[in-house]
Amino acid sequence: MNRINNSGGVQPRRKAVQGVMFGLFRVSAAINGAALLLVVYFLVARGWRAINWTFLTQPPIDSMTRGGILPCIVGTLCLSVGAILVALPIGVASAIYLNEYARPGRVVRIIRLGINNLAGVPSVVFGLFGLAFFVVYLNMGVSIVAGALTLGALTLPVIIGSTEEALRAVPDTYREASLGLGATKWQTIYRVVLPTALPGILTGTILGISRAAGETAPIMFTAAVFFTPSLPTSIFDEIMALPYHIYVLATAGTEIEATRPLQYGTSLVLIVLVLGLNLIAIVYRSRLRRKR
Amino acid sequence: MNSSPKMSTQDLDFYYGGSQALSGITLDFHENQVTALIGPSGCGKSTLLRCLNRMNDLIPYTRAEGKVLLDGDNIYDPSVDVVTLRRHVGMVFQKPNPFPKTIFENVAYGLRVNGVKSKDFLTERVETSLKQAALWDEVKDRLHDSALGLSGGQQQRLCIARAMAVEPEVLLMDEPASALDPIATLKIEELIHELKASYTIIIVTHNMQQAARVSDVTAFFYLGELIEVDRTETLFTRPKLKQTSDYITGRFG
Repeated sequence: MNRINNSGGVQPRRKAVQGVMFGLFRVSAAINGAALLLVVYFLVARGWRAINWTFLTQPPIDSMTRGGILPCIVGTLCLSVGAILVALPIGVASAIYLNEYARPGRVVRIIRLGINNLAGVPSVVFGLFGLAFFVVYLNMGVSIVAGALTLGALTLPVIIGSTEEALRAVPDTYREASLGLGATKWQTIYRVVLPTALPGILTGTILGISRAAGETAPIMFTAAVFFTPSLPTSIFDEIMALPYHIYVLATAGTEIEATRPLQYGTSLVLIVLVLGLNLIAIVYRSRLRRKR
Repeated sequence: MNSSPKMSTQDLDFYYGGSQALSGITLDFHENQVTALIGPSGCGKSTLLRCLNRMNDLIPYTRAEGKVLLDGDNIYDPSVDVVTLRRHVGMVFQKPNPFPKTIFENVAYGLRVNGVKSKDFLTERVETSLKQAALWDEVKDRLHDSALGLSGGQQQRLCIARAMAVEPEVLLMDEPASALDPIATLKIEELIHELKASYTIIIVTHNMQQAARVSDVTAFFYLGELIEVDRTETLFTRPKLKQTSDYITGRFG
């Protein structure tokens, strides 16, 4: 037993180094989790008092010092849905083209370069682009539709990325089996590949919505305003939105201190929305992975 | 074996990019016969099989030169519609690959993509195909369960039923039993024996005993060349070339 038991030599040092490294990894992971918990705790502690039925279902009154955030919730909902309506069809179609049809070559490389760069564009630049192109040049004005288009452009790389991942996860043997039976490429995609990839695409969509819901800069110039007297009735209306509302209450306006509790309340609502959507996506995705 | 062959290759060369995988393959496949393609790994037998229904077209940077004839027509002619070709030349793959759909929908798939909508026709054809694949009794009460719940051997028989549902004339089988246990393998081999009456079957196998059990004609390949082809009993008992007998007796491979 003497040759293989734990006695002296280089073994203890190697084990100690491994222990230190794993310890560092554990600390990093813990910092991650702690940061999230800290943020959530902070917001809950300062914002929970503001949450009540009135807050969620009534518009603000008394220069935003009282009342609720209903128009913000409605506005964020409209923008998120609008963004997905824009990004989903274009994104899925692009991903299908890139993954199923495109032959490796220069054109494809350029397209991929474009998508990757799009993903890296700062959100405020999206906002300026939206202002210049949708609001002014196409004359849509500050409106839901301009904001949705701008947010859609921002969400597009997310959708393309997760759809491509979902398509790649579909085994090639399914495609071969389908083509071997005399199906066309499109039939193969439509009848086998897409249905199999659908859960993954759905997950990406949910993540895309949560991203769009939380963005402030793209909507600042294109859709969101400080106050609207009533809920929107057409897609060319301006709207209020949760992230913009937080920004406005905390920086502009005449009652910054007085509205503090409402700022935290709004932040809490927004983060519950975003975290909730992310949680749904993550749980759904991990269930899918376990099934495979 | 006097009538003209159902399928044949004439001087077929095949390239993956710059590297040549098949050289000058000239081989006949006669109707209602089982032809086995044998040889060590990398000899080109699967490549040849995949040329017969142009599945190699799916791999980029490949090139075929020479002719492959189905009933006298060159399938590599530019006027040929590959999609239609594959209805006539079906394929069963090495690892069973049923779609993540119900058993019924798996077998009906080939019919649906070719435009069949009639529920009655589909039901009848699904039943016929599953019976031909000797799977009907085992699945008739659970046609609408997921195909992925079947055992490996059952899945492979399902894939065979699926391929037969479109009534191809030629059936290509790429090591169909290599992923299966001995009992399932036996069932597949019995199936091949029955199917031969209605189909022309070409089977790739690395298992020589299987080739001897199942086929009428055997073709031995090595490094992309056809070394010898003959009636199975002759090839295995009185091979003409030393290379063939070395492979068969296990001296290499």
